[in-house]
Amino acid sequence: MNFDYTEEQTLLENMVTSFVRDDYDWDTRCSIVKTEEGWKEENWKKFAELGLLGVPFEEDHGGLGGEATDIMIVMEQFGKGLVVEPYMPSIILAGGLISKLGSSDQKNSIIPEIISGDRRYVFAYAEPQSRFDLFDVKCSATLDGDKYIINGFKSVVFGAGMATHLIISARTEGDQRSKSGITLFLVDIKSDGITLQNYPTIDEYRASEVVIENLSVSKENILGELGNSYEAIEEQVDLSTIAICSEAVGILQVLKDSTNDYCKNRKQFGQPISANQAIQHRLVDMMIEYEQAKSILYMAITADLSNPDDRRKAASAAKARIGKAIKFVGENAIQLHGGMGVVDEYMISHFFKRATMIGILFGNVDFHMKRYIDLTQSNIQSINEDDGINLS
Amino acid sequence: MDTAFSSEDLKFQSDVREFISNNYPKELKDSIGTKRKTGKELSRDDLMSWHKILGKHNGWSAPGWPKQYGGAEFTPTQKYIFEQECARAECQYIMPFGVNMVGPVIYTFGNEEQKAKHLPGILSGDVFWCQGYSEPGSGSDLASLKTSAVKEGDYYIVNGQKTWTTLAQHADWIFCLVRTNPEAEKPQQGISFLLIDMKTPGITVRPIKLMDGSHEVNETWFDNVKVPVENLIGQENMGWTYAKFLLAHERSGIAGVARSKKALERIKQIASAEMSYGEPLIQDPAFKSKIANAELELNSLEYTELRTLAKDSAGKGPGPESSLLKIKGTDIQQMVTELAMEAVGYYANPHLGTTLSNEYVGPDYATNLSGSYFNFRKASIYGGSNEIQRNIIAKMVLGL
Repeated sequence: MNFDYTEEQTLLENMVTSFVRDDYDWDTRCSIVKTEEGWKEENWKKFAELGLLGVPFEEDHGGLGGEATDIMIVMEQFGKGLVVEPYMPSIILAGGLISKLGSSDQKNSIIPEIISGDRRYVFAYAEPQSRFDLFDVKCSATLDGDKYIINGFKSVVFGAGMATHLIISARTEGDQRSKSGITLFLVDIKSDGITLQNYPTIDEYRASEVVIENLSVSKENILGELGNSYEAIEEQVDLSTIAICSEAVGILQVLKDSTNDYCKNRKQFGQPISANQAIQHRLVDMMIEYEQAKSILYMAITADLSNPDDRRKAASAAKARIGKAIKFVGENAIQLHGGMGVVDEYMISHFFKRATMIGILFGNVDFHMKRYIDLTQSNIQSINEDDGINLS
Repeated sequence: MDTAFSSEDLKFQSDVREFISNNYPKELKDSIGTKRKTGKELSRDDLMSWHKILGKHNGWSAPGWPKQYGGAEFTPTQKYIFEQECARAECQYIMPFGVNMVGPVIYTFGNEEQKAKHLPGILSGDVFWCQGYSEPGSGSDLASLKTSAVKEGDYYIVNGQKTWTTLAQHADWIFCLVRTNPEAEKPQQGISFLLIDMKTPGITVRPIKLMDGSHEVNETWFDNVKVPVENLIGQENMGWTYAKFLLAHERSGIAGVARSKKALERIKQIASAEMSYGEPLIQDPAFKSKIANAELELNSLEYTELRTLAKDSAGKGPGPESSLLKIKGTDIQQMVTELAMEAVGYYANPHLGTTLSNEYVGPDYATNLSGSYFNFRKASIYGGSNEIQRNIIAKMVLGL
């Protein structure tokens, strides 16, 4: 039993840490999010040079063959820098779908292009009515000759404005909330029939509403089997959920450490506010929440993610527990920063906002608690009356 | 990162499981089970007989002790497995006062005579120890303690009162913090660590009844008690150092993860037998949500403990982070005892589940669950209250 990184993982961590330190200091980050595009394409090239875009892909396609731990390492450090480039949406989620479902032709042509940074796919799945249900898909694809015609509306698609391609989930059969009948389509984002409404998010990332009108897609651009994509979507969203949990843990560390430093330096009544026990105990509780969040992340990372039930449980346990930690650590970080906590100018509020939005992404605390309960509280064995109850 | 057990660890796990299943006495299980149901106090035999069995098996009664003193010298992973297996089989737990508390102080700071005299009895379970730390005026502020020990020839004359002496009613020996130098500059500098035979004239033990009606703790009075100077551990006035060592030394199992897991499993079973809104309580969304919440806390805590253990086995030492294990561990124990009480509805009411003519009322599993809830309010108070643990983290970990 150990929680150590391998030598390669330590190198990876050092590399991402120095990127965030040297190329993504706070002022640089602020200037990036203020630009028209809201990201810096050069950074994507840098990720490609550093090999980061290949972390989760198989070595056969030029990737690093990384596992959950490697992804955690990258995401945790990106969290500490509030890196806005769409690494998770493009590399982990969309990239994961292509690796999982792509034909060998598709993988051979697409994955090297992703790793080189020339193509960026993002996955357009959410719809106005779907909330967090991945199977709730209204967007329709109907066969017309040897092409599919897609019509629908996709909500809050992260990174779409920076993408070259989309993966669109559309219904080829079944009811709106049926798990079967969902098909994935690979499309060029410039295709006729796709209109993006780009906007900044409250935490200064970028997302888009995607309007799809009579988009024509050939059958070769179906990703995976016709009407049979739900399980792969759920799997890749679970893995992406664990990835953003890692990002959250990085952010929580910054929130906790910065608040600690702030309270040691901020003087009132002639002494640092950290001399007050009311403040000390709050800081301790923040540290405990951070450690508990990190622990459940480790539980998820070391779970058997190839087993669907274990994977579902791990993702929901981590997201639900970390969601609680986000609220506690985030809100208290702001509270203990006092006036400095609520201004835009100081960095702490930005970390709080990002953490809070991660809390919603792929399902909030209530959603994942319910999912966790559904996964764990069936098949309770009945009580054996002969057995003494011992609760002490 | 790898949380899978090695093949040696798996072998160890099956050895422990097999040993318990072959050696944990059925009579003991029955005796403890019946007494819990009827609210009878556990006897010294109930408390010690499993310890005695383990003491005869490769030092398993002292998982953390070095082999040279007869202990098992388990690795941190083995300790974790051992704890899990004992909880799984609901074994009576080993009294901590000898094995986890005074034992390590004796083999670390004691002289050869003291080691030879005391360690074998602790290991075998033949000698029952209790702890003389707290006093009526010295709880969290332990260093303010007043029980005095004045040297007269070959003896210390001890006068004063200790309190919350857990299970002193069974104890053969007590280890005490006493004040040997009332003039010391700082209160911590005038304290010594003494071992005292409970049969010495002048010692009086009076029971303190807890709110669930149980008798676990006592007041222990010392009236001109003559203690031979050879019972002093280490140097005079250095007791505070040994006391701190004791508090920091044995942290394995402090979080009680394995026991809480078992308890939570039971609550699920109870909740599947209890009805609410015409359905098993386990189907009630509000109750389910509480259980899931406790489970997530417990999962997190388990990995926090494993991370601490991994650090420990890498020789980095557990450090003051283990205050975190105490805070969260006791939080969860309280959460779990509350859930259990809640699960049985009205049948939380009958005290010990018996009528005045000693007939059982209500379902068997409901007996004394409210007692456990009330009893476990102690957990966030003892061993350094959870507020004191926060002070420790604030100072030692966060540097506030």
